[in-house]
Amino acid sequence: MEYLISCNHVNYTYHTLQGETPALCDIDFQVKEGEFISIVGPSGCGKSTLLSLLCGILQPSDGSILFKDEPISEKNRFGIGYMLQHDHLFEWRSVYKNILLGLEIQKKLSKETKQEALSLLETYGLSQFKDAKPSQLSGGMRQRAALIRTLLLHPDLLLLDEPFSALDYQTRLQVGDDIGSIIRESKKTAILVTHDLSEAVSLGDRVIVLNALPASVKAIVPMDFPSDLSPLSRRNTSQFKEYFNLIWKELNENG
Amino acid sequence: MDNTSISAAQVAFLRAHKFHKIKIQLYRIGILVLFLALWEISARQNWIDDFIFSSPSKLIACFFRMTTENTLFYHIGITLFETIISFILVMLCSLMITIFLWYSKSLTETLDPYLVVLNSLPKSALAPLLIVWLGANYRTIILTGMSVAIFGTILNLYIGFHEVDTEKLKLITTLGGSKTHALFKVILPANMPNLIGLMKTNIGLCLVGVIIGEFIAARAGLGYLIIYSSQVFQLDVVIMSIFILCIIAVGLYGTIQLIEKWYKKRM
Repeated sequence: MEYLISCNHVNYTYHTLQGETPALCDIDFQVKEGEFISIVGPSGCGKSTLLSLLCGILQPSDGSILFKDEPISEKNRFGIGYMLQHDHLFEWRSVYKNILLGLEIQKKLSKETKQEALSLLETYGLSQFKDAKPSQLSGGMRQRAALIRTLLLHPDLLLLDEPFSALDYQTRLQVGDDIGSIIRESKKTAILVTHDLSEAVSLGDRVIVLNALPASVKAIVPMDFPSDLSPLSRRNTSQFKEYFNLIWKELNENG
Repeated sequence: MDNTSISAAQVAFLRAHKFHKIKIQLYRIGILVLFLALWEISARQNWIDDFIFSSPSKLIACFFRMTTENTLFYHIGITLFETIISFILVMLCSLMITIFLWYSKSLTETLDPYLVVLNSLPKSALAPLLIVWLGANYRTIILTGMSVAIFGTILNLYIGFHEVDTEKLKLITTLGGSKTHALFKVILPANMPNLIGLMKTNIGLCLVGVIIGEFIAARAGLGYLIIYSSQVFQLDVVIMSIFILCIIAVGLYGTIQLIEKWYKKRM
């Protein structure tokens, strides 16, 4: 297996009674195991559509997506974890019950997985809020709870759909740093979609720049930072500014 | 709470609040007492004809007479039984039908105009037909009670099911869940407040339906008592039955409120 997931010349078109809207056009990229990919593009360019395709909620109109060299199906979809824009913690469940939701659905609740859930709560500083309602948590804590809910299913690939965009700026930097480090330490493969350039540069190994609707790959920019730098300390390097400007230019060039 | 930590202004505010509440309570009781007193006096002074309008003392006498004859509580029991059964059936049936509709979009689109028509139809028009079909028994009455509430409940529940955030449903999909998971983990829990709201309106509607049914088809129950007594000019019984209906309506609504309180506390 050369690539964990590969997107081969994928097209996607939305059909409505008013007509058809091409959302993705000839998207082609590959992701190796352990890589962290950031995808940036203007708002509404079809980034979320791309993630829905990558996790098998939508099927490509054309082209193919291979996960571990196989098309995405009901069987191998469990290997893909998805973090949505909002945490969607359910108010009628406690924090602990919320993070067990995925395990419940996949019928993986056992003594061991429950123990693991508790230890992850401990690791991410949420153990004292175990029995609290989600509304009692801060935005950053909620996002960490949502991450635990995803990580408990041990996905091989993590899809992140602007997971920090609902947070205020300070929390956003903090949580971005936290979650980036957690994913890196656990050696997970991740694809992050964002419209925040500095977030993309600070977290990614490579940044894929998309054009506006219909989205197509404009450029793929590899990031070359020392591997031990945390996302926050990346922001303080001189390369950071160069990459930022490079991607900014790519985004604003026409065609 | 520790009294020393409360400022004088807070104490004054709390006292004013308490005083206001007591005042409103007194007004409420006052209106009732005034009304009953005026009614009694008017009847005794012959300002109104107590054969038609009755009087509080005659109602009390009537109440005790019927209690000793052991007929009153029988009628009350029948009406209560029919109302509660039709209420429970309305909630269960409409929940199940709504779940079916939620599973199948084609079914919903097909049935939509029929539901709208049935909901707008004055249900009392159905009652005579039901009697001919099912006979004059408690099954007819329960069905009449149900017919008043069920279509509106299905429509309301269906809207509630579809107002659930689609992103929450997407979350279930991304966690590998099916439509049934979405139903039990998201749709139903998210709709509990809606469901309790519908219970509050339906308990009243079912009582209305049951009384309509009893007017037309019954051999027992408060609706029957009202119709029968008005035909033999026992207006004491009619008016007393109406008072008892008021008490039943308040009692049933209060029970649902207790359920709501229990649910909120458990949350």
